[in-house]
Amino acid sequence: MNPELQIVLIAVVTAVAAALPGTYLVLRRTALVSDAISHAILPGIVVAFFLTHNLNSPLLLVSAAATGVLTVFLIEALLRSRLVPEDASIGLVFPALFSIGVILISRYAGDVHLDTDSVLLGELALAPFDQLIIGGAELGPRALWTMGVILVLNLLLIGLAWKELKLATVDPGLAALLGFSPVAINYSLMAMVSITAVGAFDAVGSILVVALMIAPPATAYLVVDRFAPMLWVGAAVAAASAILGYALAFALDVSIAGSMAVVCGILFASALLLAPRRGLVAQARRRNSQRLELGVRMLLVHLLHHQETESEAEECRVPSLHRHLQWSEARTRQVVREAESRELVARAGDLLHATADGRSLADVAVIGERVG
Amino acid sequence: MDLFGDYTLRLVALGSAVLGATSGALGSFAYLRRQSLLGDAVSHAALPGIVLAFMLTGSKAPLVLMLGAGLAGWIGTLAVQVIVRRSRVPYDSALGIVLAVFFGFGLVLLTHIQKLPNAAQAGLESFLFGQAASLLRRDVVTMAALGGTALVILLLLWKEFKVLSFDPDFAASLGLPVRRLDGVLTLLLVVAIIIGLQTVGVVLMSAMIVAPGAAARQWSRRLAPMVAIAAAIGIFSGVIGSILSSYIPRLPTGPTIVLVLSSIFVVSLFLAPHRGLLWRSLRFGALRTAPDLDPVLMHLFALSRQHPDDPEHGHSVAVIQTMSPPEAKVVAALERLADRGLAQRTSDGGWAPTPIGRREAQRILERETGVGT
Repeated sequence: MNPELQIVLIAVVTAVAAALPGTYLVLRRTALVSDAISHAILPGIVVAFFLTHNLNSPLLLVSAAATGVLTVFLIEALLRSRLVPEDASIGLVFPALFSIGVILISRYAGDVHLDTDSVLLGELALAPFDQLIIGGAELGPRALWTMGVILVLNLLLIGLAWKELKLATVDPGLAALLGFSPVAINYSLMAMVSITAVGAFDAVGSILVVALMIAPPATAYLVVDRFAPMLWVGAAVAAASAILGYALAFALDVSIAGSMAVVCGILFASALLLAPRRGLVAQARRRNSQRLELGVRMLLVHLLHHQETESEAEECRVPSLHRHLQWSEARTRQVVREAESRELVARAGDLLHATADGRSLADVAVIGERVG
Repeated sequence: MDLFGDYTLRLVALGSAVLGATSGALGSFAYLRRQSLLGDAVSHAALPGIVLAFMLTGSKAPLVLMLGAGLAGWIGTLAVQVIVRRSRVPYDSALGIVLAVFFGFGLVLLTHIQKLPNAAQAGLESFLFGQAASLLRRDVVTMAALGGTALVILLLLWKEFKVLSFDPDFAASLGLPVRRLDGVLTLLLVVAIIIGLQTVGVVLMSAMIVAPGAAARQWSRRLAPMVAIAAAIGIFSGVIGSILSSYIPRLPTGPTIVLVLSSIFVVSLFLAPHRGLLWRSLRFGALRTAPDLDPVLMHLFALSRQHPDDPEHGHSVAVIQTMSPPEAKVVAALERLADRGLAQRTSDGGWAPTPIGRREAQRILERETGVGT
């Protein structure tokens, strides 16, 4: 396997592994817990490194995951004191833990290969140089194995606790009422987030973990309405971001993690603009057509009110319509054109009058839809 | 010890103090408006602005970089607003997306210019984690000018911001331009953030915004003292953090300031009067051990009604004890009732309600049942 392919594979596996728990975070409105955890695991990694003097020790994973759960515990303890609101408790806990990590590194780690840049930014390009070797056989990049195992673990947890996780996410009250422990569900989800963040940190860095956990599920949330599709669409968007991001980084010779985050952003922005029904473009179209329809109906009501009375000659004259309706001339022209094209009004010289179709639509506008 | 004889230390301490005052005061408003994490998003979003400003001008003058950072941070807040107002993506996800995507873009730009042949870009990475030791005189002057301006605007619009923070609907009903005020306050927050980036870095900047306000909130329930205390805590942490990191080798300034701040927050959480966890547990403890007086008084009252012609007829403690739950401290309760003039010891060693006690019991009875007897 050539190194490029290995990198893409690691990126895709990491992206999918991150997007799965991310879906729950987005729906539970605790997305920024991923930010907190991915920073706060730093002291856990440092302490485990001091104990083992080996950056590849599995103890690093365990200790960092424990720090992640500790982060969640501290945030919730602050919340329970009811002295600090939720957003502030997140913002208080993780910088403190991250600071401890940075200070530990700069005081005691000196010149070993463990610096804050690599935790925050990651260096995917180096991953293929770190091969997993068991019994003398090269089994492929270590990061691929780590993230592969984490992906399987995440899939297992989601598969086994599908109902519980889903219910606790969409309707926590009902879940608690039915006897599912919200605490157990919350902490298993947070453990999943922590382990994923830890596994991803040395490959892609903590900021990309945040991008991959939040942006693809949020993109899916704009496009689909049901829970299961959101999970799979989110994973697919994440995989696409990984592949396109790598292509972009390769073409421009820039940071892989950074360009993957940028592609995540581009995909999210496209969904925000173009999503069917919910996108900004669809919203604007709908608003315009509603505005036009309202205009047409008001025009018809106005015409019916005045036609065949002595005010008709003044009130129904096309050139002066905009004054009586108090519209701009452009809007008046647009509405008249629309009404004419639908044969709701007809023109006789300068005068406009409602047709039979127009009459019945005006009735609807005034009286409301008839039942039956 | 000559603490401020060292020129570098004096400069760093001064810069950190300016930063602490500005972010403390403006962070208090962010804290009250539940925008604590907006600071995190803005500080990360500022990175591409810094790099782009450098790429466009070729200058590393603090004002240029801060303008770039401010512009990018402000665009970030607008992006968050558009996402939240126009889609169903929740606020926290919008913050996370803007934070990570802008930062990723900054990283792309940073790695791009690092590949360029000239070395002029060196030092831009220090914005990631902050490098207080690299602060120059012109940096501190720019920080003071921007921070001072932000604080003056805060004071000028104080009343408006106060209403906006506590009751935006009321502010709108007064005819205040709520949207525009909201924009100005957010812009001031952006200013507070960008002047801190060089000292503490984008990652830790959010703590400078949240922690002083969160700590100050424990000490005061009024806005003006809270903002003043937060600014004081910010200055204090900035100066102490700078001193510690200059006297202890290999202790980076930004993280040290954040840890000093966090310690102050924890102390406030436990010790602040009224709200503090320590006082609260003492108070709850006192409540738990206090005997429940009302039931005992009601028992006394019920017993005394058995003898309508002799209201002073006494009943023994044992009788009242059998009427009460086994763990009730009846004697203590009776003595407390006597202290309050609601019960009295009778000549035969029993207990009876006083006339005031009977009226009080009657009132409780009416309150509980809703009827008079």
